[in-house]
Amino acid sequence: MNKTLNQKAWLFVIPVFVLVAFNAAIPLMTVVNYSFQETFGSNVFAWEGTRWFKEILHSERFHASLGRQVIFTFIILLIQLPLGIGIALTMPKKGWGVPVCLILMSMPLLIPWNVVGAMWNIFALPEIGFLGNSLNSLGFDYNFTQQSGDAWFTTILMDVWHWTSLVVLLSYAGLNSIQPAYYQAAEIDGASRWDIFRYIELPKMKKVLTLAILLRFMDSFMIYTEPFVLTGGGPGNATNFLSLDLVKMALGQFDLGPAAAMSLIYFLIVLLICWIFYTIMMKDEGRS
Amino acid sequence: MKKIKWLVPTVYIIFLMLPIYWLLNMSFKTTTEIINVYSLWPKDFTLENYKTIFTDSTWYMGYINSITYTVFNTIISVSAALPAAYAFSRYKFLGDKHLFFWLLTNRMAPPAVFALPFFQFYSSVNLFDTHIAIALSHCLFNIPLAVWILEGFMSAVPKELDETAYVDGYSFGRFFFKIFIPTIAAGIGITMFFCFMFSWVELLLAKTLTATVAKPIAAIMTRTSSTSGYELGLLAAAGSLTIIPGAVVIYFVRNYIAKGFAMGRV
Repeated sequence: MNKTLNQKAWLFVIPVFVLVAFNAAIPLMTVVNYSFQETFGSNVFAWEGTRWFKEILHSERFHASLGRQVIFTFIILLIQLPLGIGIALTMPKKGWGVPVCLILMSMPLLIPWNVVGAMWNIFALPEIGFLGNSLNSLGFDYNFTQQSGDAWFTTILMDVWHWTSLVVLLSYAGLNSIQPAYYQAAEIDGASRWDIFRYIELPKMKKVLTLAILLRFMDSFMIYTEPFVLTGGGPGNATNFLSLDLVKMALGQFDLGPAAAMSLIYFLIVLLICWIFYTIMMKDEGRS
Repeated sequence: MKKIKWLVPTVYIIFLMLPIYWLLNMSFKTTTEIINVYSLWPKDFTLENYKTIFTDSTWYMGYINSITYTVFNTIISVSAALPAAYAFSRYKFLGDKHLFFWLLTNRMAPPAVFALPFFQFYSSVNLFDTHIAIALSHCLFNIPLAVWILEGFMSAVPKELDETAYVDGYSFGRFFFKIFIPTIAAGIGITMFFCFMFSWVELLLAKTLTATVAKPIAAIMTRTSSTSGYELGLLAAAGSLTIIPGAVVIYFVRNYIAKGFAMGRV
């Protein structure tokens, strides 16, 4: 759409600007403030310069939790995107099946995150949980509170349960925007099922899939509540992701300086990746 | 082929329902039964857990608190995002692209980063432990999302609609409320759904910003489980009840969802 130049449009944006600035700028300044200082409690601070940043960037603890976080997010995207697209492709397009699918599939998205964690905890407990009990009676030695492999498996399965529906809903929206004429044309040309997917459906879903990837990347990279309730980062440090580690440092040990420095590094990583992705996406849009 | 097609969504839905069923199953058992007997359905069916929640005000007030701030947040987010999304979809102005990306960056900020500064900030402006504090803090991630979704829907509406209305002598205000908003009603429905969803499910900030008066149900659950050992039955009942508001919202917006998603502009 060709937009007209109108500087008065800023007036429309002011409420949003004020609300978000109020919430983002002030707390962010507090974090920046802490990250350069040492605190001795009761509001006594001393200037520390970039010491915390250097410490965090060289700390093995940070490297370990960052590594776990990257692997987790990578696995999540690798499972949820193809699975979500696949389910969206097989969903009914009309009739009573549509609302039933939409309503039932949205359910996990609307459950508070700690309830999701608690629910999966009860579901996966080796003795009394359905998943744990079934796996053990099938002969697997499964105990997610003791074995790190099982803890990872359970955390990933929980996230797949929790968030795949978002990818399904978005892909479904993209698929529905395709005019029937495209399919008819493909049929006349004798296109195979794969060709239809590759050359019609996938390009048409590009915009919603971008949104899905961005949302899933951001949210899985910031995951906190669900693993906190499910595993508490354990056993040991096996599922101690970035956010969990950060909160442990900030609220548990009250190391405000290092925690603030870590927050900023964390935020900058997310920002950088999203910016790169966003720029590539916008460039593509400009070309076509 | 047709039969196999039904299989995938069906299996997926069964997978989604299993943990939910397990939670419901637990909520009708006593804690002793949960720990001692493994059974696929409650042997010793009880409504005791639900009775405790509905008669104890520390429990049921949690639900009221959560619903209150979620509704506040949905109203604030959508009404602030409507004019902004209109501006982004219709006009070019100084710094528009940068502003749009800056808004999105706030959706990217890990809540864990903001928990402590939020606590200090809202305490210093005397809003700590109020519903409005949580509603405002959730604007951090809900407003960017609302602007993003609404902008998509509004861009799908041809500009000729605006121009025709002005030619017909509509003022901007009348056009916006009488013509434009009804046109994108499905989009607003979807946006409200997402705002409600993200505010309802968030716990970290809601817990950090409250002590007693505005404490959300999710936070009450974590507190109870840590003080009196694991009251598993009660926990399961409280958890099951948190599913209801979401289910009600989905039920009301189900047509909008189908229509909005069909527009493919999310």
